[in-house]
Amino acid sequence: MALKITTDNFKNEVLEAKVPVIVDFWASWCRPCLMLGPIIEEIAKDLDGKVKVGKVNVDEEGYLAQQFRVSSIPTIMLFKDGKVAKQAVGLMRKEDLLKTFGL
Amino acid sequence: MRDIIVIGGGPAGVSAAIYLKRFKLDVAIIMKDQGTLAATDHIENYYGIVEPVTGKDLFQRGIAQAKRLEIPILVEEVTGIDNFDNFIVRTDAQTHQAKAVLLATGANKTGLKVKGFADYVGKGISFCAICDGFLYRNKKIGLVGHGEFMREELEALANISQDIVVFTNGETLEKDVEGHPVVTDRIKALRGDDLLRVVETTAGDHQVDALFIAMGTASAADFALRMGAFTENNSILVDEKFMTNIPGLFAAGDCIGGLKQIAKAVADGAQAAIAIHKYLRNKP
Ligand SMILES: Cc1cc2nc3c(=O)[nH]c(=O)nc-3n(C[C@H](O)[C@H](O)[C@H](O)COP(=O)(O)OP(=O)(O)OC[C@H]3O[C@@H](n4cnc5c(N)ncnc54)[C@H](O)[C@@H]3O)c2cc1C
Repeated sequence: MALKITTDNFKNEVLEAKVPVIVDFWASWCRPCLMLGPIIEEIAKDLDGKVKVGKVNVDEEGYLAQQFRVSSIPTIMLFKDGKVAKQAVGLMRKEDLLKTFGL
Repeated sequence: MRDIIVIGGGPAGVSAAIYLKRFKLDVAIIMKDQGTLAATDHIENYYGIVEPVTGKDLFQRGIAQAKRLEIPILVEEVTGIDNFDNFIVRTDAQTHQAKAVLLATGANKTGLKVKGFADYVGKGISFCAICDGFLYRNKKIGLVGHGEFMREELEALANISQDIVVFTNGETLEKDVEGHPVVTDRIKALRGDDLLRVVETTAGDHQVDALFIAMGTASAADFALRMGAFTENNSILVDEKFMTNIPGLFAAGDCIGGLKQIAKAVADGAQAAIAIHKYLRNKP
């Protein structure tokens, strides 16, 4: 299951994680985000143990969205060692997303 | 409710509709205009064409053929598609319902051909007001367009911010924009830092926090984006049955990429029709 990421657990779960973290910035009113949802869950299952997967609801976590300059959703970021290593925007197939992230 | 609505009256759409009609399905074509063929004045590489024909002529023959087979042809502009159990196709005139939809709207648009455009896609440039609008609550929003598609996006954005500027990019404004300022000068470049900040036109700079693109007529890629259908390199992704990842939503012709020729569009249409027939027969 993808983790719910909030301002409170962001540092601990994402920035200080020992493994790469995929973070999906989404909102419930965004159709492409809803279509991406199951793909993100699949990735969480497939890469369990190797990569952590989290979701940020931009409606509830406006501060995080702003901090990372999310200006189109879904935006999917790959964090490595506390930094954004890769970024993708828009609905994508699982294989394309993983390829973009080099996973 | 119809069995299937075909959006587009070009080679792909008409070819599909002819096969669908022969399967005795309740099919209608919705189209805005002559599409790509209007710009083609010399076709001589299509099967059976001895003397070169113009695109307009070939288009008219296709429409005449569809009419003879009693396929309804509605001259309307599709502005949106919603999918629940069935599809609701909204046009500038009315709404239609169908069990399946075929997108045959021709090549997808590529966006503004100006400096900075590619750099700011996803960094201030957005193609979908209902997807990204809320990220710009009460911010300064630019909207590029001049027709019905622009007006639809304006409606969605007006709920989010009062500070909206419409850029027609040299085109003539076709719709009322209810008092929002309009810039008709051509856009020359887009500038900013890590986010888009400035729309540069031939007559000067305009500060914006976001720029929404709704140029011309909404195309298959615009519908796909709003519905959550996969695209790749601006083409609609379909499986071997010409179906997108959304059950019942099919696509054919130039909008799915590949060889952009009439022969391929016609073949796509025929194959999509056979797949649609099967899909509808098995649909509960
Ligand atoms: C200059 C030029 C020359 C060409 N020459 C040749 C040639 O010699 N031989 C050849 O084989 N091919 C040629 N082509 C390519 C050929 O024209 C296309 O491959 C073909 O027209 C694609 O068919 P289509 O049905 O996919 O789309 P189109 O023919 O573009 O038809 C699209 C249809 O969708 C409608 N539509 C789009 N959006 C909407 C909307 N929102 N609401 C309602 N209706 C909508 C349009 O009005 C139109 O009816 C040429 C193309 C160009 C540009």
